[in-house]
Formats: sequence, structure tokens, C-alpha cells
Amino acid sequence: MESIILTIKYLNVYYDNHQILFNVNLDVPEKKITTIMGPSGCGKSTLLRTINRMHEITNMARTEGEILLKGKDIYTMHPEELRSRIGMVFQSPNPFPHMSIYENVIAGYTLKGIRLSKVDKDEIVERSLRSVGLWEEVKNKLFKRGTFLSGGQQQRLCIARALAMRPDIILLDEPTSSLDPAATQKIEELLMKLKDEVTILLVTHNIAQASRVSDYIAFLFLGELVEFGPSTKIFTTPENPKTEEFISGKFG
Amino acid sequence: MSIKTRKKKDKIFTLLVMFLSILTILPLFLILLYLIKAGFSALNLDLITKVSRPIGERGGALNSIIGTLIISLLATLIATPISVFTGLFIFEYRKKVVSKILNITVRLISGIPSIIIGIVVYLWMVKPLGKYSALSGSVALAIMMIPNTVTSTVETLEMIPIGLREASLALGASFAKNITKVILPLSIPGILTGVLIGLGRIAGETAPLLFTAFGNPFLNLNIMKPMDTLPLLIYNYALSPFEEWHKIAWGASLILIFIVLILNVLAKWIVSKWNR
Repeated sequence: MESIILTIKYLNVYYDNHQILFNVNLDVPEKKITTIMGPSGCGKSTLLRTINRMHEITNMARTEGEILLKGKDIYTMHPEELRSRIGMVFQSPNPFPHMSIYENVIAGYTLKGIRLSKVDKDEIVERSLRSVGLWEEVKNKLFKRGTFLSGGQQQRLCIARALAMRPDIILLDEPTSSLDPAATQKIEELLMKLKDEVTILLVTHNIAQASRVSDYIAFLFLGELVEFGPSTKIFTTPENPKTEEFISGKFG
Repeated sequence: MSIKTRKKKDKIFTLLVMFLSILTILPLFLILLYLIKAGFSALNLDLITKVSRPIGERGGALNSIIGTLIISLLATLIATPISVFTGLFIFEYRKKVVSKILNITVRLISGIPSIIIGIVVYLWMVKPLGKYSALSGSVALAIMMIPNTVTSTVETLEMIPIGLREASLALGASFAKNITKVILPLSIPGILTGVLIGLGRIAGETAPLLFTAFGNPFLNLNIMKPMDTLPLLIYNYALSPFEEWHKIAWGASLILIFIVLILNVLAKWIVSKWNR
């Protein structure tokens, strides 16, 4: 049995008076890929955003329940500290257009006001770009703008930017939904390689993708966690009929 | 309705639209044409190298040109930081009532007649200090400039993709770092465009300066003393009975239009470069 890095207990989330998540309980295993899967509008992104408290920015959301990162309640932590321990990658690639590739990778440090020596910066940039397999492709144009890269490369740059902070967990919110199949495949391969160093929490509505990359699957439906278990079990012998209907494409 | 009458109606409508559009730009061309005709002959080296002189001594407008530059730039220096921070506030707290009130107030300022702004600054600065000054003129122009610059700042901030703001905050950026390292650097071209257009607008203002910068026939670089500007020179010289001064006023008008034109072209150029 692997260790649990993140525990979600009895989580309820409301936007205004509208309840989005109902009593969600989830244990996220360390250094595995856990996928949150479900139809559009089921609360996948909301669940992901409550984990690094990004929901506090866009909407005034109210939460009940507990989220523990390595046993520590994240709502007692400072959001800025929490967010550098839990990185996030978004639906469409969003490298900073006014920064070079190099600056994008170390943006997390710059934005926190952490000063690094040139040697440290070089080391972080190379390590992060190597772990997303981008180093060989961009090592000669590190000081060009990140927006000149292809969509897939940009998304890998965004993953590198998140990895540069050496986070415990990376949250990915449908990271391949704006990419072509070849770029998608690259990202999926990358995720399976990255789980050796970091815990990955992936949101997708793509069932095939969930089956290809996940170790664990959480199936979310209408704001409730219907089923959670090892990927192989969910895809072969799901316990809940709703899960079976979803993975066999009856709705979604 | 037959297809023939429909086509006819369509044609009439198109012609009407074209006619009215031409009617709109016609005054602009007529003004430019007249200005070039009258001003071109007044353009000479004296105009830009000599200061005002009594009649018969062949003066120029150097003091006014320099005054316009100093007063307008000073106004920009005062207005820009205030406008940018106000714009940031309005945008960042857009869901709060304070922000909405501020937004309406700023719009109201742009509706105040410029002569009133001149009088108010006269009461605020000229009277207590006991003298007319270029600085008070700049303050009056800054007040005129703020609404436009605030609006263009807010519009620029609205155009920054939400994804970039989220990316920055998701990396653990603080409110201040998010603004100084991501939001502002991305908005500089847009804000700069607004500032340049505002600068072009205030460079041609006369009314707010009548009771503040006042005008000065001598070359003055001290912002605590009265200073001349091109609009003030045009105003004073055009009202004079002297043919010679009328000519200088035409030349000064041409220079003023030229300055405004350059500022606007520069603003357009920045926008097109930014969009690429």
C-alpha cells in the first residue's frame, strides 16, 4: 500500500448558494497518477481548484470540510505557500508572453520574489526542461519568447514551469484538450514518466486518456464522488452502474 | 416588393451612407487644407528659433513650443501614475461597490468643461501660491487627462487573458508581484497608447491654462513661473489686430496640429506592433 499525500474529507463547495460538490472524500496516493473523470459540469475543475485554493480567486466560493496536504490542513496555510507546493497546469497553454523560455521556467521564483544565483537558475531551467523533454528542442533558443513554440511545446513549458518549484503535487486541468493527437500523446507519455518524481492529479473528460495514463480513478458525477479505485478495477469491474454507463460511453 | 425596387432601395441606402461619411470627414480636410495654406507661408526658421517679440521685431514661437512640451509632459507625469493605479484598482476590485463608484466618478470628470477645471485649479493653486505657474497649468491638464487614461488602462487590463493571471497566481505570486511582474508588463503598450492619445488631446487645450499657466512672452523654463503654450499663443495672437501676429498664429497652429498628429500616429503604431 502506497502512502497518501493528500486527503480530502467531507468536502462541500458552494458558489453563492449553489452547491457544486457534495461530501467528497478522497485519498490521493503519492507519486501516482490519479485521474478525476466525469461528464462536463460535474465539478471536476472545481474539485481541482479547491486543492490549491485557486477557487478563491475567480469566484467567492465557500468550502466546508478538510483538505490535508501531508497531514496539514491547507486552509491554515498561506495560499501563496500552498500554491508553490501544489503546481497547476491549465486547459490551454499559458506561458507568459512577455518572458523568454528561460524566464518562464523560473517565473515561479521571480513571482515569489526569490532571488537565485545564475548557477541555480541555469540548473533549475535545465533540470525542469529536461524532465518535460523540452531541453533538446529549445536549448539553443532559451532566450526567445515562449509563445513562439508550438501548442504542445508550450504546454510542456508550462509543466516545466510548475515542476521548477519542486512541488509535491501537480494539478492538470484537461491539459491536452487544446492539443492535437501527437502532442497529446507526448504529454501523456511525459505524465507517466513524471510520476516517479511528483504526484499527479489529472482532470479529464476523455475516457480513453484516463484509461491510458491513470493509476487511480475518481469518477465524479453531479458533484458527488461516485466511485474511486485503481484504474484497472474501475475499467474492468466498476461497482457503480453509473460508472459503467459513463465508461461505456452511454452519456458524458 | 420586386427584386428591382429592393435593389434600388439598397443602392439609395448605400449612397446615403457614403454621402454622410464623406460629410463627416469633409470639415477635417477643409481645416487641414486651410491651415496648410495659411500656415505654410508662416513657417520659417524664426518661428522655431525666436521667442515672442513686439510688433515689427519679427518674433517667433519658441517660448510657446517649449512651454507646450514642458507643460504637457509634466501633466503626463502627474496623470499617468494616478491613472494607472486608479485603473488597476477599478479592475482588480471590479465586483466591489467602491470600484463602481470610482468608475462613474472618473467618467464624470471627463464631462466637466475644461474652463471649470482651469478655475478650480486657479482656486487650489494659483490663489494660495499667489502666482500663475506652469505647474498649476500641468495640474489642470493632468485632471483633464486622467479620465481617458484610466479608461484605456481598464480596457487594456480587461484584454489580458484570464489564463495568464491564473498562471501567475497558481505559481504562488502575491497580489503585488502578480501586478508588477505580469499584469503591468503585459499592459504597458496599451497604457502607453492611452497616454499618447491623452497627451495629444491636452497639448491643444487653451481654456484650463488661461487662469493657470497664464502665458508668457519670454522663454521660461521655471515651472513655478508663468509659461506660454502654443494654444495660448494662438489665442492671444489671433485676437490681436496685427497681421504679423496672425501669421505667427497660423504657423503655430500648423506646428500644434503636427505635434498632435505625430502623437496619434505613434499611438497607432504601438497598437499595431502590440497586436502582432
